[in-house]
Amino acid sequence: MKNHKGYGRFVILCLTPAVVLFFIFMILPTLNVFRMSLFQRGAYSPTETFVGLDNFKALFQDASFIRSMQNTILLIVVVTLITFALALLFAGILTREKLRGQNFFRVVFYIPNILSVVVIAGIFSAIYKPENGLFNSILSLFAGHTVQVLWKDAPMVMTSLIIAMIWQAIGYYMVMYMASMSSVPQSLYESANLDGAGRIAQFFKITLPLIWTNIRTTLTFFIISTINMAFLFVKAMTSGGPNGASEVALSYMYGQKDAGLYGYSMAIGVMIFLFSFLLSAAVNKVTKREPLEF
Amino acid sequence: MKRKEKNGAANRLYRIFIYVVLCTLAVCILVPVAWVFLASIKQNSEFYGNPWAMPLGFYWQNFVKAWNSANMGEYMLNSVMVTVLGLLILLVVALPAAYVLSRFKFRSRRFFNTCFMAGLFINVNYIVVPIFLMLRDGDAALKSAFGSDFLLNNLFVLALVYAATALPFTIYLLSGYFSTLPHDFEEAAYIDGAGYGKTMLRIIFPMAQPSIITIILFNFLSFWNEYIISMTLMSSATGQKTLPVGLLNLMQAQQAKAEYGMLYAGLVLVMLPTLILYICVQKKLTQGMTVGGLKG
Repeated sequence: MKNHKGYGRFVILCLTPAVVLFFIFMILPTLNVFRMSLFQRGAYSPTETFVGLDNFKALFQDASFIRSMQNTILLIVVVTLITFALALLFAGILTREKLRGQNFFRVVFYIPNILSVVVIAGIFSAIYKPENGLFNSILSLFAGHTVQVLWKDAPMVMTSLIIAMIWQAIGYYMVMYMASMSSVPQSLYESANLDGAGRIAQFFKITLPLIWTNIRTTLTFFIISTINMAFLFVKAMTSGGPNGASEVALSYMYGQKDAGLYGYSMAIGVMIFLFSFLLSAAVNKVTKREPLEF
Repeated sequence: MKRKEKNGAANRLYRIFIYVVLCTLAVCILVPVAWVFLASIKQNSEFYGNPWAMPLGFYWQNFVKAWNSANMGEYMLNSVMVTVLGLLILLVVALPAAYVLSRFKFRSRRFFNTCFMAGLFINVNYIVVPIFLMLRDGDAALKSAFGSDFLLNNLFVLALVYAATALPFTIYLLSGYFSTLPHDFEEAAYIDGAGYGKTMLRIIFPMAQPSIITIILFNFLSFWNEYIISMTLMSSATGQKTLPVGLLNLMQAQQAKAEYGMLYAGLVLVMLPTLILYICVQKKLTQGMTVGGLKG
């Protein structure tokens, strides 16, 4: 079959469009990110001058950049911890207990994941509205007087982002863990029951260790995607404001591009790339366990 | 006996507690979405009172205004075009490539497989700036050579970029499916005298239908909802825009003049297609997730 006439030609014909598209729009720009971080480029003319590591040197003295990295790390830690804890907990409950309307809950919890971040930003701007937003009106109900929390002002803006991001992510991860938890054999729980292990012990001693590989992979991906989602949320909800209080690394990079500082912007891109790469390597290392099989 | 009873009571309490927690979460998700739908038919004056009040009537004028004066109709058409074009390009390009990469033996196969796998880790948000600059330089070159440019502010180019950035994930998913099929199908087709192309189109692709549907679903959602690339490549103030970008502009304009009803009508227009699709295929989507679980 291999010597069949046209074998090689068929392979080339099928592969070429994909390779060309992939090269032009993904490989080339990726290489360009690294190359351009060493250059200074005029805002309107394509002339570039080599500046070596100057962009990076400037970066470490840039207070706005450091703040944007701090915000990114804050979002990664808080959003990841809360989302994973809640998603695992709810998935554990939904798969272990025979509840009515399981399917209904699954369908509902997945909804935020199919909405555009712009739509979510719109929904949350209604929730956070200072005069008569949904949150403030609920708070007023409990407090007995009119509460006017300024959700998008400097002290609260990161909290507001965290709430929105968890709202968006939790369902997706829950549905995913439900799929992997349901593959844990029922017999293990039955024997644990006979041994007198309670629900909580079963969750920590059986469910979690057995799906640990899945948790590990998703954790790494979640961290990378949080860097990303933080950008999408900030861009749509706050544009980094007020006064850069909610700026995250990628949105700061994008802002520098809008200012025409392309080389500098790409140096930020390289830093974020290195950061996310090191972080996922570290997470991978820390979460390493002997894989269990069932 | 007594112990058992106590256990039963505790059990019931635990179940009630679970239901309460789950319902709270469901309410947290459903209420804001439902609220937007209700708000989209409220009159503007209703937005200054209690936010929990039901709409006084069906004020369809919001949708008419959003569709016409906020250009949502035009943006919707653009979004439909970009999404459909992007999906078409993606399928035409990715299907043959995935087929060849998973079932044919040739020297550089490992290399290409590794490349596309590595592509899974390239984040679109990092490379959007170089893509923009590349297209702008291309435009400048075209302008000096032919006097007209077409790379930026072009729906077709946007669709092409969408398709290209979705390639690694799509090829990864399809290759996984293709490599599970037994080779007997092709052998039989070759013996019957069918060429490679015919075998691929008539025999293999029809069998891959379930995974093709999964791919269309996932990429429909990501193309329809995407806004960073679209905002960057379609940046001309007067040019065409996709629906999420149009909505974002509308939201930012809201801070100056308050036309809440129109804004929420715009939100409904963006999310309605995805919600309808989701309700139709929710089983497939939540099940297909286990294969697509890697996509954050």
